[in-house]
Amino acid sequence: MKIHKYDTVIVGAGGAGMRAAIEATKRSRTAVLTKLYPTRSHTGAAQGGMAAALANVEEDNWEWHTFDTIKGGDYLVDQDAAEILAKEAIDAVLDLEKMGLPFNRTPDGTIDQRRFGGHSRNHGEAPVRRSCYAADRTGHMILQTLYQNCVKEGVEFFNEFYVLDQLIVEENGVKKSAGVVAYELATGEIHVFQAKAVIYASGGTGKFFKVTSNAHTLTGDGQAACYRRGIPLEDMEFFQFHPTGIWRMGILLTEGARGEGGILRNKDGERFMEKYAPVMKDLASRDVVSRSIYTEIREGRGCGPEGDHVYLDLTHLPPEQLDAKLPDITEFARTYLGIEPYTDPIPIQPTAHYAMGGIPTNVEGEVLADNTTVVPGLYAAGEVACVSVHGANRLGTNSLLDINVFGRRAGIAAAEYSAKADFVELPENPAGLVASLVEQLRDSQGTERVSDIRRELQETMDANVMVFRTEQTIKTAVEKIGELRARYKNVSVQDKGKRFNTDLLEAIELGNLLDLAEVMAVSALARKESRGGHYREDFPNRDDVNFMRHTMAYREVADDGKDSIRLDYKPVVQTRYQPMERKY
Amino acid sequence: MATPTLDKEDAKPEAGFADTPYITVTFRIRRFNPEVSADATWEDFQFEIDPKERVLDGLHKIKWDLDGSLTFRRSCAHGICGSDAMRINGKNRLACKTLIKDINPAKPITVEPIKGLTVLKDLVVDMDPFFQAYRDVMPFLVTTGNEPTRERLQSAEDRERFDDTTKCILCAACTSSCPVFWNDGQYFGPAAIVNAHRFIFDSRDEAGEQRLEILNDKDGVWRCRTTFNCTDACPRGIEVTKAIQEVKRALITRRF
Repeated sequence: MKIHKYDTVIVGAGGAGMRAAIEATKRSRTAVLTKLYPTRSHTGAAQGGMAAALANVEEDNWEWHTFDTIKGGDYLVDQDAAEILAKEAIDAVLDLEKMGLPFNRTPDGTIDQRRFGGHSRNHGEAPVRRSCYAADRTGHMILQTLYQNCVKEGVEFFNEFYVLDQLIVEENGVKKSAGVVAYELATGEIHVFQAKAVIYASGGTGKFFKVTSNAHTLTGDGQAACYRRGIPLEDMEFFQFHPTGIWRMGILLTEGARGEGGILRNKDGERFMEKYAPVMKDLASRDVVSRSIYTEIREGRGCGPEGDHVYLDLTHLPPEQLDAKLPDITEFARTYLGIEPYTDPIPIQPTAHYAMGGIPTNVEGEVLADNTTVVPGLYAAGEVACVSVHGANRLGTNSLLDINVFGRRAGIAAAEYSAKADFVELPENPAGLVASLVEQLRDSQGTERVSDIRRELQETMDANVMVFRTEQTIKTAVEKIGELRARYKNVSVQDKGKRFNTDLLEAIELGNLLDLAEVMAVSALARKESRGGHYREDFPNRDDVNFMRHTMAYREVADDGKDSIRLDYKPVVQTRYQPMERKY
Repeated sequence: MATPTLDKEDAKPEAGFADTPYITVTFRIRRFNPEVSADATWEDFQFEIDPKERVLDGLHKIKWDLDGSLTFRRSCAHGICGSDAMRINGKNRLACKTLIKDINPAKPITVEPIKGLTVLKDLVVDMDPFFQAYRDVMPFLVTTGNEPTRERLQSAEDRERFDDTTKCILCAACTSSCPVFWNDGQYFGPAAIVNAHRFIFDSRDEAGEQRLEILNDKDGVWRCRTTFNCTDACPRGIEVTKAIQEVKRALITRRF
């Protein structure tokens, strides 16, 4: 075991982690621990753009953006946070441009902007061009630009280091972060990082679904590490299903395709979104479009012999426009489906895409131990966190924005904290939990296989807690997850070595997915209403009287070692916008 | 009713989606694990798979169902993250962007680590020298003077000038396909030059001269023998050799 000491440690090197690192490195001795090489992070897969009311191409302002974000989140958004997001969006985009990001340009040479789902002029009047973009590779450009600037600033990375435990120590009755414990993939060695401040920026948890746009590596490691140490998880029942994933594969096809004029059609060629969202049509918010697609499929208007998908039609758009604005997604259709998007519509289905919930934080990125108490020295930003700017449904282009605005904020806040704070003394045997976890999995002679349990988990999640949910389906999922968690205790790996043991890591990741899937299902079961991405067929309406509140899920451990989930609730911060019925 | 499940094995054929039956394939994989043996060996795995699936899906089938110790890097699985460059049937490709049907599955499919970088285990190589070369070309925007309040202006034409080289995902498929790099790891390699190009030809940047001096080194652009392996290998379709030639020309004319 090795012990390292840093002022600030950042867990994860996607957009939020690297944006935080650029700030923290200037202010404090900082290390970034990342399970992947930084440019491999899934920020790079984001396509369509980053929202900011620059008003470069038409009238716009941050107040409209704030409203759209709150309405898009079905009023579960904390409005103070949404206002910060929309206001700071403008500088966030300009900062990236100054760092070198190659945005598409207008004829005047300013940053070009295009339409995106749920973003509107004057509180819903009509779509507005708010998304700043670089073809359909905006996430790639953000990830590259941030990595380039990390190189420029001399950010210190520990690549292929997996953080498996968060150290929390109680000092004078206050829970504080003391550091993290990481597993080095290359050697199997365990490292303790003592740090005054820790920032989680480790991304989402989409791999508990089968059809997903998420990378294989998005297994909720940061959420799980904190949750096991008593940190609550907020609003985990809210998961976004992106309307346009490649049929069966789940690979993302950007909403920018519809922003450029693409149309969704059913088997009769009908532009069905006109029925569900007369004003915004194909550019209604993602939860609305995904439900509309599945309604078409369930009512027999789906395409193909199984009737299990619909079409994204780009054939009326000029090939030059597709080449210039949507080069990557048209290439995906050719590579993976053998389809030419110039002439043929692309079969799509909703794909599990984004966790609105996560580790609760305030607007400075400080992690909360309950509804109000901050954990000194612990921060989170990006998809791993819940601040909550996305509420019950995130708007497209607001996640690339979130990672930049709140990544920056967390980086500054953490470094300023570590400049004045002392190190918290490490607990006795700080690596104990990780060492026993690793040893147990490596030495286990159990009969269960990781791939079987993961496959069954993904199947039950897709079947039971996806776009449409009922008490019955969620209960089925909860029961199944319980069974799988029991079987997981008997799991073993074939690779018993220390060097690059990815077999072992997949087993650890599965443990994280199982814990988080259970939190999600249990939170969903208790929310007896429909709001944003959480749709209950047995409770089809939003219920502001009983459920205008955030879910807070805590892990409880009984004396006999058995764990369970306790749900509590947190009020929503409302400032200037009263909840209204949501129409697009 | 629950959300429709979409993985039905009895799917019938549809226009553009001819129902291909599963086929039996053989993956012949270069294995190496210094914890077990100092020598690398070939190992064959035979299994059934839908040929419309990716080579990466095949590797996962092996890892998940046959041999958990098979080790490779991967993440996004659709050609964006750059983790899974490997040598497939003798050619550098991304495993997640190569469909089995496209590489003659009737014969054994060979899978090896990319060349020129030290193999650490199975298909995993040491990427540090590759990223060091990248860092050495100053891969970031350099400007002087006061920053503008708003964005720097750039015409659509100036933006287009370096568009091709912004697509790089640092997968190392190009660099590790280059015979010059195989023979001399000191050569910067195509990927580093591509990333230098991305800034040299960016109208906003002011450090083009410095980068050109770096690449004028004995291990710089002049080592390129224009074999076009790099262009063939690039999974992003970047015209790598052309970019290298443009950097060479800029070094001669000092115009960029």
